[in-house]
Amino acid sequence: MDLESPAAIAVDKLVKRYKAATAVDGISFQLPPGSITGLLGGNGAGKTTTIAMIMGLVSPTEGSVSVLGAQMPKQRYRVLHRMNFESPYVDMPMRLTVRQNLSVFAQLYGVADIAGRIAQLAADLDLADFLDRPAGKLSAGQKTRVSLAKSLLNKPDVLLLDEPTASLDPDTADWVRTHLERYRAETGATILLASHNMNEVERMCERVIIMKKGRVEDDDTPARLLTRYSRETLEDVFLDVARGRDREVMA
Amino acid sequence: MTPSAFEFSFNRTAAMVRRYWYLLISSWPRLLDLVYWPAVQMLMWGFLQTYVSQNSGYFANAAGVFIGAVLLWDILFRGQLGFSISFLEEMWARNLGNLMMSPLRPAEFISALMIMSIVRLSIGMIPVTFLAIAFFGFNLWSMGLALAAFFVNLILTSWAIGIFVAGLLLRNGLGAESMAWTIMFLFLPLTCVYYPVAVLPGWLQYVAWSLPPTYVFEGMRALLIDHVFRADLMLEALAFNVVLFALAVFAFLRLLTSARTQGTLLQGAD
Repeated sequence: MDLESPAAIAVDKLVKRYKAATAVDGISFQLPPGSITGLLGGNGAGKTTTIAMIMGLVSPTEGSVSVLGAQMPKQRYRVLHRMNFESPYVDMPMRLTVRQNLSVFAQLYGVADIAGRIAQLAADLDLADFLDRPAGKLSAGQKTRVSLAKSLLNKPDVLLLDEPTASLDPDTADWVRTHLERYRAETGATILLASHNMNEVERMCERVIIMKKGRVEDDDTPARLLTRYSRETLEDVFLDVARGRDREVMA
Repeated sequence: MTPSAFEFSFNRTAAMVRRYWYLLISSWPRLLDLVYWPAVQMLMWGFLQTYVSQNSGYFANAAGVFIGAVLLWDILFRGQLGFSISFLEEMWARNLGNLMMSPLRPAEFISALMIMSIVRLSIGMIPVTFLAIAFFGFNLWSMGLALAAFFVNLILTSWAIGIFVAGLLLRNGLGAESMAWTIMFLFLPLTCVYYPVAVLPGWLQYVAWSLPPTYVFEGMRALLIDHVFRADLMLEALAFNVVLFALAVFAFLRLLTSARTQGTLLQGAD
């Protein structure tokens, strides 16, 4: 993690309102290059909207987001080729084979050696057996691995992951986490990970941002959060925040 | 050089065309569907024309006017549908988020959809034009340069409508899907596909003459009935098409901006 360089992702007083509803309510945080951060929160906490604004898919109502120095969404084309994401809210075209899907996205991202990159990812993420199978005929776990492969095609400097191990069995999920950790170590990529899996966040993330009702409720390292809430697991911390238990009382 | 929104990459456009091509060839029923309805339409209108021409001196002299009209109408209708269906494929596949988050520019996306509309149109229409020769002796290709002028004007209109519908879909999601299938039917009575503009009430004629395809269908009748190629009509259609296309692109960009504001680009956002 590079604490001296400008933030890879800088979120400043970010607000997103949809008519009467406020999805994100004035959040701020900065992620240093090479960091891996977990974004926690219950359903409707504003995680996906926050990630969508970081990706430039949703325009903020107020505040600003910058990624690798580019203001999103206005300057997104300066950095989109250096970013990627994986989310359960998007799919790959079902009737194309995995190889066809990956090669189309590789061409969109301007990957130089498309066949070589797909072969490498197929080996890394164990896709070789179903590379030539239509994406619609894959199991949920296989789809997640393919989606992850798509997100790594362009070797992104900023990787946004929304539930990256959802639908995976514990063995495959662990294997994916190991791969992501290795990718981060090798490339120095900045990773922001939204997850409901507390073990995953505890294991992978050096920092955790907990959101509730569109606001940042807490933001610290997993160890300090456990100490502050006097809890043994991040899941208990999450439940304390989600259920509104006063943390000073808890302490 | 810093990448900008105005950059155009043939490589990224080719990637999207490749993606749609894979999709098209992955399903033979879809390929068959491209030919099926234009062929049925052409046969129906062809037989009607045959029947009417046996009972009317005017239509006996205007051989092929119905078949010509239905073939040109299909260029307009199938051109827009080919554009819109390729776009809808992204929505049905929940793939828009992947594309919008990629370096693909709107101009590249639209260009790929335009190319695919021609590809789909060619697969559907070329066999039907040969069927028209075989069944009714009507050779659309014998129109030569006039056919090229008709085609350019009709495809430009179909793309303009396709671009506008794509914007509506981005802004409103699949709730606007029916627009993709039905919007062109509004043009069917107004652009006077099967009858002259003079048939319309006076006030509606102004509306008709503001739509580029009206000039094409009038031009077709002038060619088939009076054996005159009306270049003036084609130039007027082109001028209206330039305006319509510019308006469609403007509307698309506004609707895309609105979709970012409303959060409809990422389906399922909480």
